[in-house]
Amino acid sequence: MSDSFLSGKAAIAGLGATEFSKNSGRTELRLAMEATLEALADAGIDPGDVDGFSSYSVDKVPEYEIARLLGCKEVKFFSQIPHGGGAACGPVMHAAMAVATGVAKTVVVYRAMNERSWYRFGTGDYGFGNTPVFDNVNYGWYMPHGFHTPAAWVGMFAQRYMHTYGATSEDFGRVAVAVRDFAATNPNAFFYEKPITLEDHQNSRWICEPLHLLDCCQESDGAVAMVITSVERARDLKQKPVIIKGASQGIADGQQSMTSFYRDDITGLPEMGVVAQEIYRQAGLGPDAIQTAVIYDHFTPFVLPQLEEFGFAERGGAKDFIRAGHHARGGRLPINTHGGQLGEAYIHGMNGVAEGVRQVRGQSVNQVDDVENVVVTAGTGVPTSGLILGVA
Amino acid sequence: MADPKLTEQIEAFVGREYGRVYAWDRVNAPMIRQWCEIMGVDNPLYTDPAFAREAGYDDVVAPPAMLQVWCMAGLDNENYPPGSTDENSFEVLKLIEGYGYPAVVAVNTELTFERYIGLGEKLYYTSRVASISDEKTTGLGTGFFVTLSMPFYSERDGADDEPVGELLFRVFKFKPAHSGQPADKADQPKADKPVAKRPLPGVSDDSRFFWEGCEQNKLLIQRCTDCQTLRHPPAPVCIQCHSFNWDAVEASGKGQVYSFVVMHYPEVPPFDYPNPIGLIELDEGVRLIAGLVGVNREDLEIGQRVQVEFTRFDDRQTLPQFRPVAQ
Repeated sequence: MSDSFLSGKAAIAGLGATEFSKNSGRTELRLAMEATLEALADAGIDPGDVDGFSSYSVDKVPEYEIARLLGCKEVKFFSQIPHGGGAACGPVMHAAMAVATGVAKTVVVYRAMNERSWYRFGTGDYGFGNTPVFDNVNYGWYMPHGFHTPAAWVGMFAQRYMHTYGATSEDFGRVAVAVRDFAATNPNAFFYEKPITLEDHQNSRWICEPLHLLDCCQESDGAVAMVITSVERARDLKQKPVIIKGASQGIADGQQSMTSFYRDDITGLPEMGVVAQEIYRQAGLGPDAIQTAVIYDHFTPFVLPQLEEFGFAERGGAKDFIRAGHHARGGRLPINTHGGQLGEAYIHGMNGVAEGVRQVRGQSVNQVDDVENVVVTAGTGVPTSGLILGVA
Repeated sequence: MADPKLTEQIEAFVGREYGRVYAWDRVNAPMIRQWCEIMGVDNPLYTDPAFAREAGYDDVVAPPAMLQVWCMAGLDNENYPPGSTDENSFEVLKLIEGYGYPAVVAVNTELTFERYIGLGEKLYYTSRVASISDEKTTGLGTGFFVTLSMPFYSERDGADDEPVGELLFRVFKFKPAHSGQPADKADQPKADKPVAKRPLPGVSDDSRFFWEGCEQNKLLIQRCTDCQTLRHPPAPVCIQCHSFNWDAVEASGKGQVYSFVVMHYPEVPPFDYPNPIGLIELDEGVRLIAGLVGVNREDLEIGQRVQVEFTRFDDRQTLPQFRPVAQ
């Protein structure tokens, strides 16, 4: 018996392919769907059972669109391997690891390309222009109308959320006020010693109704890095170990990237629900075991459904949680104690992971008492991910 | 007043000569033809051998204004043919810059010609610092006019190379009058700005029917011909039954505002601001994003009934937009 966690734990169970040609005459997305459905049929697996994907980073067919068209409900693993053809064996390896560790049970590995007929690699011209790759077609539903900013895309969800649950712009403002309060006492924050009031928020100019300027995070330069090793080894190193108790990615029903407008209900973030349930399951914990959280805040409105997806508030109840100040300094679940991306900096959420680490170590400038477990979330409105970090 | 040390050093540069820069290729018809095409020159003397012979030449000749082109570097900067000098004939600019004159602007060039250049000739030029002015102040700022002279020669076997023309190239090396603003940009005459157009969508085999429908003022929705499920945005396969068979049906164009935003910032041409955008739920059950027209912001709310209309933009695309109608 091998002592590897990977060896002998996974197999290739189905195979599908299109014909190979110089001009397929159809979209890359269609090629991917044909091969994927054939492989699943070959294996005798229901397409809706797929819960993982891996491909190349240079592949132009996103896994969320394959998942959407397959009808996947809970996708917990998706990865891309960079470096062109050097990736070749990588997606299979990722898939095997995901299966061996139990994160996913059925992983589709794919590569679909109209490299010859659409954008030959050998021309020396890497501007793809108007070729009908998925992104060009997908954003074609929005760009001609001038619907072309992240604030606008988030605003579309926010307006419906407000309408459905009675949340207000002031509730979004209370999120901003609380994290700016934390930023005001964080010397590393851009808005150190610059707290705001709810009145400031309400008086700030419109970026895109229903979002005011102070609903939007900053834009920043910067970098964050961390070293991850085994818990056993970490115990012998200098710092108190920060245990990764739960880790998952999430794509849910009808997922797209910033434009999941076609779901039955657009007031939730079901992909974050997938993450929440999975990381709670891995950690054997629930919302009551979490003392503080870093909730992705590129725009304030999406903080509310995240609190709901993680069970900190009931569906539609985040506004009451926030009006009670539970998210603020001294509250039941202080969030974004570094000042968030609204107050500290926008480093694509990596600075939020860093704050989670500091809270577990007891090193935050806005340290919460007796921290055992911290939830950290990633970008919202897109295929996402999350962590539970905690003490041993 | 310029630093006396600088003026002294500058004077030493005047008259300094730099070595040869060769042409990559002998004068040839293909490059002449391409240059004429790009520049919009249609004189047959440069492209029609019969015409050129009738005019008294052996073959086509090169346009005089092309003189400088033959000896230009390759596509990569400073990529000159073997045998060319690697001296920098503009080294005096670095000296001047060191004294606090960071900006540079090309002022003018003067080309003079001895005769037409014919096919097969091999050209080179040399450089000489012809003159450097005293410190001058212009609208751009304060600095020095530096003039280089570049005589061009045609190589001849067994005889002295023949001078065929000269290029004078003058630059102004200066400290800008208004610091903080790149003077060479700020003072450029404003060219006619190209009129911004609405971006075109990427169109694929999965979505072309929709845009072609718009051109005919029809709002088309994709339908699975096996299970009849409607879908938008279009996709190559049915979400319900995974059939690849589909057609399109014309929608009523009636629906309601499922959600909306009003965009204010940033203001990006050619869009008008505030720019209201709707997530429209059609009566057929699918949703799509589109601009809202004829809306009164105060009255705009979720549930508002709307009707599609089609507007042609920039004489190149037709977009569906939605206008409020009575409940």
